[in-house]
Amino acid sequence: MMEAQILQLLQWALNLVGLWESVWGLIAPAWPVIWILIKIVVIVAPIMVGVAYLTFVERKVLGYMQDRIGPNRVGPFGLLQPLADGIKLLMKELIIPSGSNKFLFVLAPVLALAPALAAWAVVPFAEGMALANVNAGLLYILSMTSLGVYGIIIAGWASNSKYAFLGAIRSAAQIVSYELAMGFALVCVLLAAQSMNLSDIVRGQQNGHGLLGWYFIPLFPMFVVYFIAGVAETNRAPFDLAEDESVIVAGFHTEYSGMGFALFFLAEYANMILIAALTSVLFLGGWLPPLDIAPFNEIPGLFWMLGKMSFILFLFLWLRATFPRYRYDQLMRLGWKVLIPLTLVWVVVVATWMQTPFWLW
Amino acid sequence: MIGIDTIVFFMFAALTVFAALRVITARNPVHAALFLVLAFFSMAGIWILLEAEFLAITLVLVYVGAVMVLFLFVVMMLDINIEKLREGFWKWFPVGILLAGAMVFEMVWVVGSNQTASTAVGAVKHAADYSNTKELGRLIYTDYVYPFELAAVILLVAIVAAIALTLRARRSSKKQNPSDQIRVKAKDRIRIVAMPSAKKVASQTDVSKAS
Amino acid sequence: MDANTVLAVVRMNMEKILHFFKSFLLLELLKGMSVTGKHLFMHKITVQYPEEKTPQSPRFRGLHAQRRYPNGEERCIGCKLCEAVCPALAIKIEVAERSDGSRRTTQYDIDLTKCIFCGFCEESCPVDAIVETRIFEYHGENRGDLYYTKPMLLAVGEKHEAQIAKDRAADAKYR
Repeated sequence: MMEAQILQLLQWALNLVGLWESVWGLIAPAWPVIWILIKIVVIVAPIMVGVAYLTFVERKVLGYMQDRIGPNRVGPFGLLQPLADGIKLLMKELIIPSGSNKFLFVLAPVLALAPALAAWAVVPFAEGMALANVNAGLLYILSMTSLGVYGIIIAGWASNSKYAFLGAIRSAAQIVSYELAMGFALVCVLLAAQSMNLSDIVRGQQNGHGLLGWYFIPLFPMFVVYFIAGVAETNRAPFDLAEDESVIVAGFHTEYSGMGFALFFLAEYANMILIAALTSVLFLGGWLPPLDIAPFNEIPGLFWMLGKMSFILFLFLWLRATFPRYRYDQLMRLGWKVLIPLTLVWVVVVATWMQTPFWLW
Repeated sequence: MIGIDTIVFFMFAALTVFAALRVITARNPVHAALFLVLAFFSMAGIWILLEAEFLAITLVLVYVGAVMVLFLFVVMMLDINIEKLREGFWKWFPVGILLAGAMVFEMVWVVGSNQTASTAVGAVKHAADYSNTKELGRLIYTDYVYPFELAAVILLVAIVAAIALTLRARRSSKKQNPSDQIRVKAKDRIRIVAMPSAKKVASQTDVSKAS
Repeated sequence: MDANTVLAVVRMNMEKILHFFKSFLLLELLKGMSVTGKHLFMHKITVQYPEEKTPQSPRFRGLHAQRRYPNGEERCIGCKLCEAVCPALAIKIEVAERSDGSRRTTQYDIDLTKCIFCGFCEESCPVDAIVETRIFEYHGENRGDLYYTKPMLLAVGEKHEAQIAKDRAADAKYR
């Protein structure tokens, strides 16, 4: 795609200092790996910036919804606030409790963040803009999001603290329960698109009528279920039982400070952005414009993708500002007795619907 | 010359064997469970080398993402006395060796036979658009449809049986029914009575006289 | 069962079923979200503190001060009423006879880390010597910085005497 241009640019730049021949001789065998690494950096760096500014936007939106104005002191409109927060967390002392399992205690935040970033490998940002165009992309996403719970469980157990442990136990049960509903919601998308490749799923939503072709119309209940399950999977309010501060202090990250805590924070928000990206890819037509007419389909697809992600992320924040936290039995009831039966029914409905001539997607 | 595939295969294989060994030798049950997760992961890596990416991802999704989470869940809550578990180790050691030997023999027999020899790493290469998933689905729902459906029914029976065996209604436990709770409306719980907010001074003096 | 009871049971179950289906519409959630959505655009009530401040009452109870009479004589006569009334035991007073024979304090300390700013000392004082000012933006950087001794309290009083006197005058008719 852009590989040739970037190589040319590199050659031009190195020729200025007359080093091209020797440098290229050195890196030529490893170039495919280097190229993938460059792509990874191009994806991960904006995500990290996005995470930082998502925390800022969250505080602003929450503030505005509570008739406050949120952070506005650091830089113009408080725009440098995430930077200040980052520096603060970086400078703080990393405390490892003496009774903890040290290796796992340090490993846990990494385990929480790694799957959150790894899942981005298959997300298509625009036509042809995905790190890996995997055929089983949907399954890969599902397996990666289900791995995030290990960071939480191990953090809770390795901390050797009752609050952290309770948070871990809650989180494990919650994520396993909501994964089923999420999986069935994805099965519906899979039925509709007849592919597990995320780029193909987006292409399947292109029918020339813009927004009417997106899967959120025939699969509206699944869209809602997927979003709710996504909120639960990322441990966000109103499903943030794993870090229920009024009951179990800070849940699984009670014992973490400094960068350990920051990594959990990054993982949570990276997961939020991931769920937003997936919701837009699976149900809201990914990079497709809402109206397939002149001024809209001229705009690059990446813009629409980011717009849809922002909308979903705003919904996340809106939910947090509106709803009180679930009680634990209510949470389990919603997952097992409402969402899973609903998704099972809708899988059958969609499968049947697709055999009739009334299936227009 | 050894290809990069072979190097990666041996890396994953060594990791699998190491992790599997640590599962049975780790003193801490939580560590053992985590090593099992590692074993699953390296197994999935080997399967991806065999171009079975559907199976590999499913292994990670089902076993690592769900089963092992529940495993860890239970292991963490139980306070297992490891010394007691190891008591009969040497007594049962010969039987264990015998069983392990039989298994190794069977595996060598199966893997080493001519019929299955073609499944060796890198033996079959496919085009980039080859879909392992489609192939698998086609086989499951055509050639192997009866064994597959039978396995599904057996699993279903096992699920129902497991719940039926362990579920008993406990009279003593107090629980709430969230569906009833959310169905409640204000008018079911409170009665608003119209009452004058203040009485006249004259009537108050009357009351005080009467008492 | 007569017809009416049957009807009532049917109606109750109908309501249950209706409620069940209605719950899938998530109407209550949308209602809640509309409220927060409206507040997103409402007037913000944040006071931008260092630049803007909320109005203070003349009865504001902030940092303590010791006052002097206009002729420079300190008001406190060491009656120890404030020490006695202080619920937090934050005041410590030592008294001695001065060379002119009057009763004066040799030590008058207020531990502001103990003080709960109830204003009892101010109310109990027969000569309006100990008062609470409008100052609330003070701090200490070291342990002991918030232990105010007599010279410190007198200094606060001298610096803000005009404001203190004005506040006492404003509140005088309600005392």
